[in-house]
Amino acid sequence: MTAAGSDSAELRETPLRAAHEALGATLVDFAGWLMPLRYSSEKAEHTAVREKAGLFDLSHMGEIHLLGPEAAAALDHALVGHLSKVAVGRARYTMITDADGGVLDDLIVYRLAEEHYLVVANAANAGTVLAALTERAAGFDARIEDRSAGTALIALQGPAAVAILAPLTDADLDGIKYYAGYRHTVAGHPVLLARTGYTGEDGFELFVDAAEAPALWEALLKAGEPHGLVPAGLSSRDTLRLEAGMPLYGQELSRDLTPFDAGQGRVVKFEKEGDFVGREALRRAADRGRSRKLIGLVGRGRRPVRKGMPVLRDGVEVGSVTSGAPSPTLGKPIAMAYVDAELDTSTGAFSVDVRGRGEEVDVVDLPFYKRER
Amino acid sequence: MSVPAELSYTNEHEWVAVNEGIATVGITKFAAESLGDIVFVEPPESGAAVSAGDTCGEIESTKSVSDLYAPVTGEVVEVNQAAVEDPEVIGSDPYGQGWLFKVELSEDPKELLTAEQYTQLTEGEG
Repeated sequence: MTAAGSDSAELRETPLRAAHEALGATLVDFAGWLMPLRYSSEKAEHTAVREKAGLFDLSHMGEIHLLGPEAAAALDHALVGHLSKVAVGRARYTMITDADGGVLDDLIVYRLAEEHYLVVANAANAGTVLAALTERAAGFDARIEDRSAGTALIALQGPAAVAILAPLTDADLDGIKYYAGYRHTVAGHPVLLARTGYTGEDGFELFVDAAEAPALWEALLKAGEPHGLVPAGLSSRDTLRLEAGMPLYGQELSRDLTPFDAGQGRVVKFEKEGDFVGREALRRAADRGRSRKLIGLVGRGRRPVRKGMPVLRDGVEVGSVTSGAPSPTLGKPIAMAYVDAELDTSTGAFSVDVRGRGEEVDVVDLPFYKRER
Repeated sequence: MSVPAELSYTNEHEWVAVNEGIATVGITKFAAESLGDIVFVEPPESGAAVSAGDTCGEIESTKSVSDLYAPVTGEVVEVNQAAVEDPEVIGSDPYGQGWLFKVELSEDPKELLTAEQYTQLTEGEG
């Protein structure tokens, strides 16, 4: 047994750190940030998000703004997506790659105004994304503002999200479609209110000035209490996204893989005007077809299957686990794994090598969980 | 966090209760809370010989895998199958229904901590 706890001396903190401590959170180093792993039971937090609602602090994410007459053109050049085509008030899931087509990060890009975009990057990649955008936008009439430090991000996720939010805002919540975001006031605080998330549930993400984040967090927790809202940590966020079959950078996505390898080729928009970084390499990747495919695994036993473990078919290694955890919803171990794209997964006995022991698994379609709409 | 005074402890956050030559072993509340939700446990098998200080099994939470260490030397005579079937009980009742295994001692336990010493250890880590 080794107790949790680490040297927190040099970690960055979100504006909600004191709130997390008051709630009894276990705080850990995540991508250089001191973040809540869980508040009580991660399983209870997971279940709350599936059945009621959970509140997440995602203030470690990077918020990079692009403004100016050529902001749209700059993003079309810098990213694989067709961002000039996105309507004001809408958002897109997209990626940024290097010239070889390797994924630098996956992103959500919001069009806040005709000449104003918000790029949301993973905390671990925020510096890389900022540097790449700065370099790639250099020839365009657009300026880049990294507002990560001054922006907090709070996610309210779960089927009760609308009921919790409605009394706190004048916004027409039913009018905010999935992957849309508008400026509104929530509990008296100006926010960008977006219907996005990473849990497989309905919900909202609220971008707010760091200084106002603690008051907004408190207001949401209080309003949500009668609805069963609980604060939820990164541990439950990971099991929620895994059940929903959503990729995580550093696990399913990396610089060694193109979006096509990751089964996400649809985010690459060759039809857009002009050149974009990675176009040639991605064209080749698209023509060549993908080298591997992502599959879902469900364990027959109890022992969790985890990242990095070899996947075997009839005792022969055919791939490797990218993410794995016990699924609170299924009550079984689940995992995503990369295998050779040509591998026939419909026959053979699959197992995962868990520290030298073969754990029997079944190959299933992704996602593991899909909410009823 | 209160630590039962009548038990002995190890640096690896296990507790031991010796009664007529049989040692009952579990993990402490401090350990259980550090781990988070416990989802899998594999104690040594009944009949296995264990040696104080050696790894003898595994315990897994949502986020981590940890070794179990044998706090004493002897032969495993009983395993808590209820905890294997439903590992949540280890977190909810670590000193009671969440016990893990029993060892028939072949030598007297050595280097175990008192409740007071263990409390000092956890205050240092917590």
